[in-house]
Amino acid sequence: MAAVHGDAHGHEHDDHHPSGIMRWITTTNHKDIGTMYLWFSFTMFLTGGTLALGIRAELFQPGIQILQPELFNQFTTLHGLIMVFGAIMPAFVGFANWQVPLMIGAPDMAFARMNNWSFWLLIPAATLLVSSFFVPGGAAAGGWTFYPPLSTQGGLGVDLMIFAVHILGASSIMGSINIITTILNMRAPGMTLMKMPMFVWTWLITAYLLVLVMPVLAGVVTMLLTDRHFGTSFFNAAGGGDPVMFQHIFWFFGHPEVYIMILPSFGIVSEVIPTFSRKPLFGYSSMVYATASIAILSCVVWAHHMFTAGMPTVGQLFFMYATMLIAVPTGVKVFNWTATMWRGSMSFETPMLFSIGFIFLFVIGGFSGVICAIVPIDIQVQDTYYVIAHFHYVLVSGSLFALFAGAYYWIPKWTGRMYNETLGKWHFWLSMFFFNLTFFVQHFLGLAGMPRRIPDYNLQFADFNMISSIGAFGFGLSQILFLYIMISTIRSGEKAPQKPWDGATTLEWTHLPTPAPYHSFEKPPVVN
Amino acid sequence: MRSKSVATLAGVSALALYSSIALGSKYNLPEPQSVIAKDIYDQHILLMWICLVIFIGVFGVMFYSVLKHRKSLGYKAANFHHSTAVEIIWTVIPCIILVVMAYPATKTVIAMKDTSSPDMTIKATGYQWMWGYDYLQGEGEGISFYSKLSTPRAQVENKAPKGENYLLEVDNRVVVPVGKKVRIILTANDVIHAWWIPALGIKQDAVPGFIRDTWFTADKPGVYRGQCAELCGKDHGFMPIVVEVMEAGEYSKWVAQQSSSAVKTSMHVENK
Repeated sequence: MAAVHGDAHGHEHDDHHPSGIMRWITTTNHKDIGTMYLWFSFTMFLTGGTLALGIRAELFQPGIQILQPELFNQFTTLHGLIMVFGAIMPAFVGFANWQVPLMIGAPDMAFARMNNWSFWLLIPAATLLVSSFFVPGGAAAGGWTFYPPLSTQGGLGVDLMIFAVHILGASSIMGSINIITTILNMRAPGMTLMKMPMFVWTWLITAYLLVLVMPVLAGVVTMLLTDRHFGTSFFNAAGGGDPVMFQHIFWFFGHPEVYIMILPSFGIVSEVIPTFSRKPLFGYSSMVYATASIAILSCVVWAHHMFTAGMPTVGQLFFMYATMLIAVPTGVKVFNWTATMWRGSMSFETPMLFSIGFIFLFVIGGFSGVICAIVPIDIQVQDTYYVIAHFHYVLVSGSLFALFAGAYYWIPKWTGRMYNETLGKWHFWLSMFFFNLTFFVQHFLGLAGMPRRIPDYNLQFADFNMISSIGAFGFGLSQILFLYIMISTIRSGEKAPQKPWDGATTLEWTHLPTPAPYHSFEKPPVVN
Repeated sequence: MRSKSVATLAGVSALALYSSIALGSKYNLPEPQSVIAKDIYDQHILLMWICLVIFIGVFGVMFYSVLKHRKSLGYKAANFHHSTAVEIIWTVIPCIILVVMAYPATKTVIAMKDTSSPDMTIKATGYQWMWGYDYLQGEGEGISFYSKLSTPRAQVENKAPKGENYLLEVDNRVVVPVGKKVRIILTANDVIHAWWIPALGIKQDAVPGFIRDTWFTADKPGVYRGQCAELCGKDHGFMPIVVEVMEAGEYSKWVAQQSSSAVKTSMHVENK
């Protein structure tokens, strides 16, 4: 029914949408909404990045120089929250908005008006988060995981954060229901589930994970809110509650969340690698099964974040084995990508460089993940810089690099213009170099015994911290180059050919003009 | 082909050399001082080697492909896209490797959790932002004191040169005898803290309202330093833990000395 609706509208109002700011406020067009998601997430990425640079500036040398400890904790907390909920997640939803309808031959998303609403919810949520720095007591300072009782102690900033998380959660749930419905109901005739592009598959599975866990997050922040203001004692031992229960509920959301932020990256990379290898994706169906197994396993490993919280032996062993098992489907994916490249006819444009960079660094993050899964070793590295290094390897050189790959890959389709290849390659190599400069040494810091979330440290950690800070500023500045490349592409890039990537096989390249028209696939294509 | 394998061999041996230099240096876990810490250290090294071998294998293949299977070299793409046999092999082999990793880890977990029949028991209580210690059982029973950061504020504010143990020094150390099984019981007064001594391979959260426990047996006398490992507010970075391990005789002397000044100490800290 939704498809019919979209079709009827498409014909009548082809170019009759409002202009100026009203176009963006009232739009129900998946491409407009996708664009807004992407700009929003990039803005939040720069905001969260600025906080990260504040952290790294303070840690450049031992001693307290720039940020007092309390403000330092606010920076680390908001850096995490903004990057996870404001930058990475909305960026993937932006890609889903643009690409899912184009790749399955649908005219728009299933719930076009809800789509608008789920985007515009992000703005008040982001405003709450950022403005919390300026309320009495400052922003939340209990870490992005806001464990009670510490987060029960905080001031108004914590409440603002709770409301922001609620709103972001509502937005994510709506977005994911929209994506599920679109994928299940609006595929072009002939596109069976097992013919869908891998990016669509990964998003379908991700969306189910979101629907499963975002309500859990909403529940746990609500419990925290009532503990703070309405006299309940869910997480307060003095009233019969348990602080560790918060961690269990939080990580029941939090661990699938990790995969929510990486599965769509797998999807993007699985589109880019075959295109630039000019060879079909190796092991398509095992790729689908691997993604599904990762999603299912991700729901039963949450307590590996809590090995030091105190757990029965059997509990520790179960969560260790379950966590280690995730390495198997993840390994399958890496082997499949390698086999896709093997005996292909490869070329190395920027999207391909970012995808290979993704695999290379993501595997390092995967290895440190296995090392962290081993309970005895985790006892040493938990809550140290080793863990910081681990999750930045999977989130920055994982999720973010894949997002860059996707942006370079699809920008010709979105804008009809080609980015500057030389600058794109510069962006890749600079990001690659500075990323490793920032985060590789943090493995050593963690092993040597530097805890995370501290504003000052012993002199033995000084040299690596300085290297890491230099890397962070280099990495941050490299992202300004990305902004410049994107703006100059949109404004004055060379006109892109109809199909700039000769190896591309998905519908948006084979069945649509470049740039994609404002209303596409008003008549569904037929897939053989 | 030969130059490739020579290059690979050189790379592997360079990495091997590098990792052997890393032993006992600041590129690795601190030198282990207990049985558990030793197990952890060895397992970490084992895993690093396994990971390194897989890494070289996978990326050796990938980068060979990147170098040879290029469009710019005129390489024509093949068209294979699956092979059930290969896919089963590369699912099964990782499972076997995981079992190899899990076996020693399981033994260590069981050993770590075994806090039974200790020689002495100390309760550690986390406060914002210091530690309190009560010797509950064994030689020294009844000793009780607080342990606070002793680094002068001026060093933190860059007004004085920083010492060697900057931020890792306290006014009252936890003193224990060498070679005895010490059970640590943990709780906290306000928020969650974590008691961590890297060299002893011990880290356990201290949860307010609950009791957790863990144990260590120090191999040799010395001073071992750690920090709070769970974000606990403003001064989370400023509540170190220092354990001093003594020979039995010296430990007895320390206990005698503490007992005589116990009243004074507890009076002193009540005024915190």
